Amino acid sequence: MSRLPTGGQVDRAAQVSFKFDGKTYAAYSGDTVASALLANDVRLMGRSFKYHRPRGVFTAGSEEPNALLEIGRGAAQLPNTRATMQEIYNGLEARSQNRWPNLNFDMMSFTDFLAPFLSAGFYYKTFMWPRKFWLKIYEPVIRRAAGLGRISGKADTAKYDKAWLHCDLLVIGSGPAGLMAALSAGKAGAKVVLAEEDFLAGGRLNGENLTISGQRGADWAAETVKKLRAMENVIVMTRTAITGAYDGGTYGALQRVSDHVAQAGAAPQQIFWRIVAKQAILAAGAHERPIAFPNNDRPGIMLASAVRTYLHRFGVAAGARVTVFSNNDEGIQTARDLLAAGVEVAALIDTRKDITPEIDCPVLTGSKVIGTKGYLGLKSVSVQRQDGSVTQISTDCLAVAGGWNPSVHLSSHMGRKPVWRDDILAFVPDKNAVPNMHYAGATTGEFSTRAALNSGLEAARAALLALGLSSKRVTLPKVEEAAFDNLAPMQIEGKSRAWLDFQNDVTVKDIKLAHRENFRSVEHMKRYTTLGMATDQGKTSNMGALAVMAELTGQSIPETGTTMFRPPFSPVQMGALAGRNTGKHFLPERRLTSDKFSREMGADWMEAGLWLRPGWFKREGETRWRQSCDREVRMVRNAVGICDVTSLGKIDVQGPDAVAFLNLLYVNKMSTLKIGKVRYGAMLREDGLVMDDGTVARLGETHYLITTTTGAAGQVMAHMEFCSQCLWSELDVHFVSVTEQWAQFAVAGPKSRELLNGLLDTPIDNDVMPYMSCGDAGLGGVAARLFRISFSGEHAYEIAVPAGYGAALMAVLVKAAEAMDGGAYGLEALSVLRIEKGFLTHAEIDGRMTADDLGLGRMVAAKDCIGREMSERVGLVQERQQLVGLKPIGTVKQIVQGAVMVDVGAAPVADNLLGHVSSTCFSPTLEHCLALGFVKNGRARMGDQVRAVDLTQGIDTLCEITSPVFFDPDGGRLRG
Amino acid sequence: MRISCPHCGERDLREYTYLGSAKLLDRPDGDAGAEAFYDYVYIRENPSGENAELWQHSSGCSAWLHVVRNVSTHEILSVKLASEAKA
Ligand SMILES: [Zn+2]
Repeated sequence: MSRLPTGGQVDRAAQVSFKFDGKTYAAYSGDTVASALLANDVRLMGRSFKYHRPRGVFTAGSEEPNALLEIGRGAAQLPNTRATMQEIYNGLEARSQNRWPNLNFDMMSFTDFLAPFLSAGFYYKTFMWPRKFWLKIYEPVIRRAAGLGRISGKADTAKYDKAWLHCDLLVIGSGPAGLMAALSAGKAGAKVVLAEEDFLAGGRLNGENLTISGQRGADWAAETVKKLRAMENVIVMTRTAITGAYDGGTYGALQRVSDHVAQAGAAPQQIFWRIVAKQAILAAGAHERPIAFPNNDRPGIMLASAVRTYLHRFGVAAGARVTVFSNNDEGIQTARDLLAAGVEVAALIDTRKDITPEIDCPVLTGSKVIGTKGYLGLKSVSVQRQDGSVTQISTDCLAVAGGWNPSVHLSSHMGRKPVWRDDILAFVPDKNAVPNMHYAGATTGEFSTRAALNSGLEAARAALLALGLSSKRVTLPKVEEAAFDNLAPMQIEGKSRAWLDFQNDVTVKDIKLAHRENFRSVEHMKRYTTLGMATDQGKTSNMGALAVMAELTGQSIPETGTTMFRPPFSPVQMGALAGRNTGKHFLPERRLTSDKFSREMGADWMEAGLWLRPGWFKREGETRWRQSCDREVRMVRNAVGICDVTSLGKIDVQGPDAVAFLNLLYVNKMSTLKIGKVRYGAMLREDGLVMDDGTVARLGETHYLITTTTGAAGQVMAHMEFCSQCLWSELDVHFVSVTEQWAQFAVAGPKSRELLNGLLDTPIDNDVMPYMSCGDAGLGGVAARLFRISFSGEHAYEIAVPAGYGAALMAVLVKAAEAMDGGAYGLEALSVLRIEKGFLTHAEIDGRMTADDLGLGRMVAAKDCIGREMSERVGLVQERQQLVGLKPIGTVKQIVQGAVMVDVGAAPVADNLLGHVSSTCFSPTLEHCLALGFVKNGRARMGDQVRAVDLTQGIDTLCEITSPVFFDPDGGRLRG
Repeated sequence: MRISCPHCGERDLREYTYLGSAKLLDRPDGDAGAEAFYDYVYIRENPSGENAELWQHSSGCSAWLHVVRNVSTHEILSVKLASEAKA
């Protein structure tokens, strides 16, 4: 066991068991999967992305590139989970990834021997020929060989939420700087949110052995968090990663609410927060730099800071015989900490010549690691000493300390790159990168704990000043620690590959190749080699690669530049971004008041915008939808049909200037419309093309009700609001959508009046209610509105009642219709009825048509209205494709919607295009297929033959051009 | 991005719908002619900086707003009701 007898912040009283690759292990509450595996002497945790190299845990935090595991089983199986971030729980199941058949013996590791062929850009070069091999052979093979974890392929059953949080100050990171800032701002009364990605607040204080105000650093952190939690104005959010910084002080945050328990219970699995903060303090700390040396990727090689974290926080020795390799004082500290805990230190290897550390282990100064051995786990390292001699040191863990990179990521999310600091040889945030963001702690390049505490206080003071709050006195705690000097990132030459990006398997050689092939700008280098493009965004690798490229080009690192960091800072599951908006909850569903009644009648449903509308009502003996549809059409033509048309937009317009307003909206003249009359109208966009059509009913002196198509209701409403507020705010007119307040039903067919007269309190006749009239009506005492309008070409009405009566009225109407050989009809029959009559929908009004194209040219009145001027421009008046009817006259009887129109002898190519088919149906009335479509100069070509060609299905139909009104062209049935 | 609606207060971008340049407020008279309308409908400045725009608080009070925004930084410099913004 590598668990030390004492120490760490794990709960030794709470033992749990978990499985890794099927084998059961013991751990303590407070462990991560990574610390638990190390405690059980498991060093090999995965295989690398491209070369299938055996890999172990490399860090102890969010930046982990190697130890990615599949957690859980079944639908909830979660791939690519960082073992360093996954808390242990009893019964947890983890599996290694990207290996077959198992982790110790991975057949795919032959890719490692192919490495010379798999260098940077290999897919662009190697798999080009023959071309047809790419889709069927190369890509599938590469995809299988290279990769990360697998998703379950089943629907995720976990619950996710999205939520908002507003605060005065968001503190990002709970290390010494973040804690100090939150404490200071909390005492000053600011509403503070302290977000910490880890499940334990404290940052590096948990991973180091240092003393603050006479206390262990970790204890000071715990005590400070306790104080913060006791403040009503402070929210401490652990397990919460700030994933992005956006405009207006908005931050994305992923809270892993239930990832650390076996069953989420009532709580969601994760919550994606949008935090709006007036001020923010980035105290995200720093990531330790690795050193690139030959074969530096073996299990057992890890960052020195991780070795200290496993030691101090988890009470785990990362190895039985640890070697430390460093270019700075962190190496000495690491060796001292290990020795103090009773762990054997094989050697301290330091690249510096002029140091003489007092330490009780072999010290090799002026030395460097030039190679390692041990396929499935580190066995020994080769060290080149100052005098050039090479020593082998047997060891199972190498702690590498290469200096620190400030965690600048969030500061560049709004487009600013970090700036170089020559004195610490590192990038730090541009202070103006994110409005109202302050920076504290190691993020600023101040690596000492004392500086962190102090800069936390100062950042809080600046934020409080901006908030208009006065700072309360907070004493700076005393810290005992050694000084620290950051040195340049380094890499060591050798014959074997030296890894930079562990997750994407990018080596120093790949960078050299990119340089040789002239991909020298950092952005090109990144994309060519894929360095930094894995899920860890190169947190441990970018700096090393920049240093290599800088050396090759002879430029400095700041001259070489740095790539841009973009959200998210750490991976976010798609489920969390979707929240509850999945499946049926992706969009709201709008249901008619007659929904239940129609369901009971066995309706089949269709979506019309957000609305669910009955498509047809199947009756006994009907097996195909066409049978139902044809019957419903005949029913309307011969008797009477009932259709819920509530989903059409209804806008109530009132005010002394209502008519002036409508005159400006519609191409027609609305000022001549009399009370009790209805007029069909069309609206244009300002560019002269038709926006929508519908009816305008004048209900009173200054009271109008207009209808829109179902799909354009929202667009028309916004357009009217624009016209009223932005163009003609002097007009005294008010309007409101009443679509959902009134349930409206079409009663259509020769027997429609007979049906209504059986229900209305006062019967109607053709004088009281002629075609295109409207008026109030009573239905057993319920106030209704009656409109004599028709979308079927039959003698028809639409009757509207307050929505609460909708379901009851539908039932009454359908019962009455059925007694007269009629019944309910759905959207399919409605569509056939309107095509037979050449009436328009958005299949025709498709945003490219003028009023004249649609045959509405005569409606355009000589007056100003939206779009009139532009509708007369040259391109919109000549050689236009005009609405026509199409009738099949050859052997092919079917016309396909979307087919292109060409002349009889012409090839169906773009140059010969005459137009297209917009709507088709089988007409049970005329007993053949018919279609509406557009043909160039079509109105002048009545009787001509053209072809409707559907190239995708190979259907070529000889058609005759006809009037778009196929049925009852003089409209006698409408008026009867 | 956050925009302060004069009716509702500061709200997130998601509550608003963008239309385009505030030039749309200055519709020519109906008889101004083709040139004037062509300019009104199609011709736009493309500044890399401050831009006057129209936004609707579509998931709020439905007010159309005249918003001056720096399109490079997304800083909102001023917000007023479109009905009050016309000169
Ligand atoms: Zn508002």
